[in-house]
Amino acid sequence: MARVEAEVGKRPEGFLGGLVKWIDDRFPMTETLKYHATEYYASKNFNWWFVFGVLAFVVLAMQLVTGIFLTMNYKPAAAEAFASVEYIMRDVEWGWLIRYLHSTGASFFFIVVYLHMFRAMLYGSYKKPRELIWLIGMMIFFVLMAEGFAGYLLPWGQMSYWGAQVIISLFGAIPVIGDTLVEYIRGDYSISDITLNRFFALHVIVLPLSLIGLVFVHIVALHEVGSNNPDGIEIKKNKDANGKPVDGIAFHPYHTSKDLVAIIVFLMIFFAVVFFAPDMGGLFLEHANFEPANMTTTPEHIAPVWYYTPYYAILRAVPDKLWGFILFVLAVLLPVFLPWLDRCRVRSIRYRGWMYKTALTVFVITFVTLGWLGLQPATGTYVLLARIFSVLYFAFFLLMPYYTAKDKTKPVPERVVYHG
Amino acid sequence: MGKLKVIARLLAIVGLIATSQSFAAGGAALEHAEIDQGNISSLQRGARNFMNYCSGCHSAKYVRFKTIGKYLELSEEQLIDNLMFNAGKSFETINAAMPADSAKRWFGTPPPDMSLMARAKGADYVYTFLKSFHVDPDSPTGVDNTVLVGTSMPHVLWELQGFQKALYSEHTEEGVTSHSFKEFELVTEGSLGADDYDEFVRDTVNFLAYIAEPIRSERRKLGVWVIMFLIFFWILSAMLKKQIWKDVT
Repeated sequence: MARVEAEVGKRPEGFLGGLVKWIDDRFPMTETLKYHATEYYASKNFNWWFVFGVLAFVVLAMQLVTGIFLTMNYKPAAAEAFASVEYIMRDVEWGWLIRYLHSTGASFFFIVVYLHMFRAMLYGSYKKPRELIWLIGMMIFFVLMAEGFAGYLLPWGQMSYWGAQVIISLFGAIPVIGDTLVEYIRGDYSISDITLNRFFALHVIVLPLSLIGLVFVHIVALHEVGSNNPDGIEIKKNKDANGKPVDGIAFHPYHTSKDLVAIIVFLMIFFAVVFFAPDMGGLFLEHANFEPANMTTTPEHIAPVWYYTPYYAILRAVPDKLWGFILFVLAVLLPVFLPWLDRCRVRSIRYRGWMYKTALTVFVITFVTLGWLGLQPATGTYVLLARIFSVLYFAFFLLMPYYTAKDKTKPVPERVVYHG
Repeated sequence: MGKLKVIARLLAIVGLIATSQSFAAGGAALEHAEIDQGNISSLQRGARNFMNYCSGCHSAKYVRFKTIGKYLELSEEQLIDNLMFNAGKSFETINAAMPADSAKRWFGTPPPDMSLMARAKGADYVYTFLKSFHVDPDSPTGVDNTVLVGTSMPHVLWELQGFQKALYSEHTEEGVTSHSFKEFELVTEGSLGADDYDEFVRDTVNFLAYIAEPIRSERRKLGVWVIMFLIFFWILSAMLKKQIWKDVT
């Protein structure tokens, strides 16, 4: 191990070495690289659940780059938006690929972020001292939801229009200020050119900038306290003579070389969708969105894109509009409080008792089922099911202080479990 | 926005929900179009059909003749002679011969653009729709359609298919009588037999599916190469990881 690190940490000689020194005297370049990469130690026993942060970063970068190219041909005006997207799809050289990368990227952003969050729930990554990382992460998630929502209006298809209509009108449920607020968001009495134009501004400037800033802070906070691991043990408790964690290995080149494998496997799945099923049977690109927005006719069945449907199902499960909205907001917000709802002494699921394991399993089933229900029409049995699973969703969080405190835990080992 | 407009819109929405439910309840099952995007001659026939029978009223305003020519293996001359009836240059898009204003006056709603119809509704939908016109003396066009009840589209292909009658079966359940569509019965012969008409519609729908996403076959071809490259790159990266991790104990 010492051999590889010696090579990586070595300062180059000659002209390059001189240049590095010149910069280092004026800017903490080598120091930053060491702090965040070559001397950032993370546990050697990471499993594949620990790659989704890096994957989210890759998707973010891709969305930014493809997004820039899309804005070069997209026209944020009600009269031109739909046609400009078709222009990109048909007449711009490689425009179809850029657009499919971006639209598929949006769905995959949520896939990797949901799995990244699930990893935190598996191994208690949000627990002390990583509460702030979790809070920043939740802020990233909220901004991402807003980003996806604003972006979905831009193609100006039927589902763009009516999906936005339904979601924005939710704010009308707020007493007293509701109607004014809805008008304020739309900038008009209905969704119009003005709404499209401002959503474009939000989608390409405000929200991505916030996203980049928050991701930066997320990583800084992470590198301050150090990464969690599948055993939920503090590797900093066991340090060698040089002050380096015994179970830790440098982020670069060890974890980076492992992440590279993960990125390629991810890209294989991602590109399989981009090239062979970009609309994913109407899930990633909804069929009705191939018709231009028409304010006089609603699509037969309005459903938001799949990544919002778990929350949408909860919203529709409540017969009252205001309470539906409140529970919808609560459902989105509740994970914020996980670090304090979880009273268990151990972090990792490996050493937790049957109660948390059962609760988490039920939660996963609940979340997926709610997502599916959100895509179905709100009728009969579907509504009943949505109500049952909504109760389970809230129960997971609200009963957590009780069952996590009561759960019998197993002894946590001193060192991480690693089988070479 | 005037009050009248709001009311008109609400009525339109209610009307649409009502019709959509009625055809969902009527259960017009969609037939499989069984189109083949790789069959260039089918696509060529489809292009001919579309330009002869559809483009009078329906535009395909995002589709350029040039693009079609390239994929359908048609030369500039062939395009001009066979398809470009109201277009001067091959980079132009397919416009309807009928002016949109008149269309709206005549049909109440302008005939929709066909560029993306097969992607929005599905090839099976368009295929079944074109086969499901039936005689209805109460309708201003003389026909109705079991797939889109109350459609304002006339039976443009009647010369080929002939006219058919819709037969309904009657159910009485708990004293309530309801009718559901059973089958069609040909009442006037067309110039094509039933199988030939199916082929005609299939070619046309194939063309519509093609113009809905002209890049489809190219993206699939490219996709194979991309995945193959990634598999190769995956092996390399796995070897690199193994090499670097050799001294992790």
